[in-house]
Amino acid sequence: MTMTMLMALDPMALVRSLPGNAAQGLIWGIMALGVYITFRILDFADLTVDGSLATGGAVAVMLIQGGMHPALSLIFAFLAGMAAGFVTGFLHTALGIPGILASILTQISLYSVNLGIMGKANQSMGIGQKGLVASARYVTSDNSYLFFIGLIVGCLVLVAIVYWLFGTELGASIRATGCNPQMASAQGINTNFCKVIALMISNGLVGLCGGVYAQYQGAADVNAGRGAIVIGLAAVIISEVIFGKLCAGKKIAFAYTLASVFVGAILYYIAYALVMWLGIDSDYMKLFSAVVVTCFLAAPYLKGKYLVRRRMAK
Amino acid sequence: MGYMLEIKDLHKTFNIGTINEKVALDGVNLNLNPGDFVTIIGGNGAGKSTTLNAIAGVWPIDQGKIIVDGVDITRLSEHKRAVYLGRVFQDPMTGTASTMSIEENMAIAARRGERRGFRWSISRKEREFYKEQLRELDLGLEERLTTKVGLLSGGQRQAITLLMASLKKPKLLLLDEHTAALDPKTAAKVLEISDKIIQEHSLTAMMVTHNMKDAIAHGNRLIMMHEGKVIYDVAGEEKKKLHVSDLLAKFEEVSGGEFANDRMMLA
Repeated sequence: MTMTMLMALDPMALVRSLPGNAAQGLIWGIMALGVYITFRILDFADLTVDGSLATGGAVAVMLIQGGMHPALSLIFAFLAGMAAGFVTGFLHTALGIPGILASILTQISLYSVNLGIMGKANQSMGIGQKGLVASARYVTSDNSYLFFIGLIVGCLVLVAIVYWLFGTELGASIRATGCNPQMASAQGINTNFCKVIALMISNGLVGLCGGVYAQYQGAADVNAGRGAIVIGLAAVIISEVIFGKLCAGKKIAFAYTLASVFVGAILYYIAYALVMWLGIDSDYMKLFSAVVVTCFLAAPYLKGKYLVRRRMAK
Repeated sequence: MGYMLEIKDLHKTFNIGTINEKVALDGVNLNLNPGDFVTIIGGNGAGKSTTLNAIAGVWPIDQGKIIVDGVDITRLSEHKRAVYLGRVFQDPMTGTASTMSIEENMAIAARRGERRGFRWSISRKEREFYKEQLRELDLGLEERLTTKVGLLSGGQRQAITLLMASLKKPKLLLLDEHTAALDPKTAAKVLEISDKIIQEHSLTAMMVTHNMKDAIAHGNRLIMMHEGKVIYDVAGEEKKKLHVSDLLAKFEEVSGGEFANDRMMLA
């Protein structure tokens, strides 16, 4: 029976799905870049993203419906995300709410905000909408290579901007805040300010991703961000496990690390495509995402324990 | 000439209203002249580190005043008063950012009290300067500017933290048992570096220590704390003549219950 099932699989179908998944991976990589900033640089588990992703999409689609150019709408998606990040930062630093809880509060309130922006749970754009930054249509068009080149260049520009930002004095103080807040304070750094700024940049990127993704899908959905944090984490962690050693010690190691987050996101989507291709019900995909993240998070810990035990045995 | 540090009637109680309530500072008064290097000794819970943390602004104090070089910093937040203070901690991990390189840590310290904007975090000229400074430590760190601080030993990290504290000359250097976590040889080396930096920049400094020999050998003044108060304050020639046995005798006196009378005698 397994044989007949395997026989029924069409390898070409998998190949055909790859460009679309690569495109989705690149787009979600923008969000993963944002997650990297909070999760790795700031050491802050920020669940705001599940809400701010949908906010970015809602803002972009509503503005496009109102006649704004899709590219311009992305700036507002970015700003909307930043506002969401600011709220989480405010709840955490000014009101003293633990970080993870502050981000959950923002996330849950954004659900209402997003419904308010869209007026209903789902808003789509016209089929013939012109000037979209990304669209599933482009993937299958004749000059799809132009779309991919544009998308890759766009992502590299984002990497360059984030690289530059974290190389500045402000960026260095954010990194110090994430690494050792006690040291940062002793060196005169306002750690609360740094946390808020980092959360704003991170969620700005997430909002931007939401805007691009809504254009890609042709619609914004209030549930677009459900489980987004898990996909972002998956991309970050996959990139670290695979490219961590390769990036270390290089002259601009940090830029490689940031770029590898995008590769991590693409790899996640390819794995996703593979599982779908194997005929797993799409209802189980969130479970799949969670299992992937669990494995990659647990692997370094278990490996460390194993190595210790082996050393003891010697 | 005014005092570099004035502490007036400092009070701090932790966990007020709970079973763990503890009076940590019970009216500390202390004035430091510019260039004073004070060593602070006392038993566990005497209030030595608490005094330093109160000056640094780790938490708000209950009562009292802290004035650094004429500026009342009592109500300033920790990062604002950092402008005036250089700090080295007991735990070598505390003073530096482990995931950042030596030069990045130093560049952050060199900007203590300045606005941090969109300029690049470290310039080529600075790099050369840091290299020279590290060479003077004589620990071979001058060739490792881009090494992550997390890969260094505790002694190396403390030496770098000391250097960082002096890059932007502080009004007051706070050394909080900064050699307690090191092995004796490394501790001696770090103390030597401390002396050198304090002398070179003619800093005003406070050093908390558990080691009475070190407390006598270093600095120009020594104070002893007990139960949140300064109970002994000695400087100059008198301090130089001190022996560990004298300090031990003092300890016994205060813990022996004759505290009130002794305070009168010492005053």
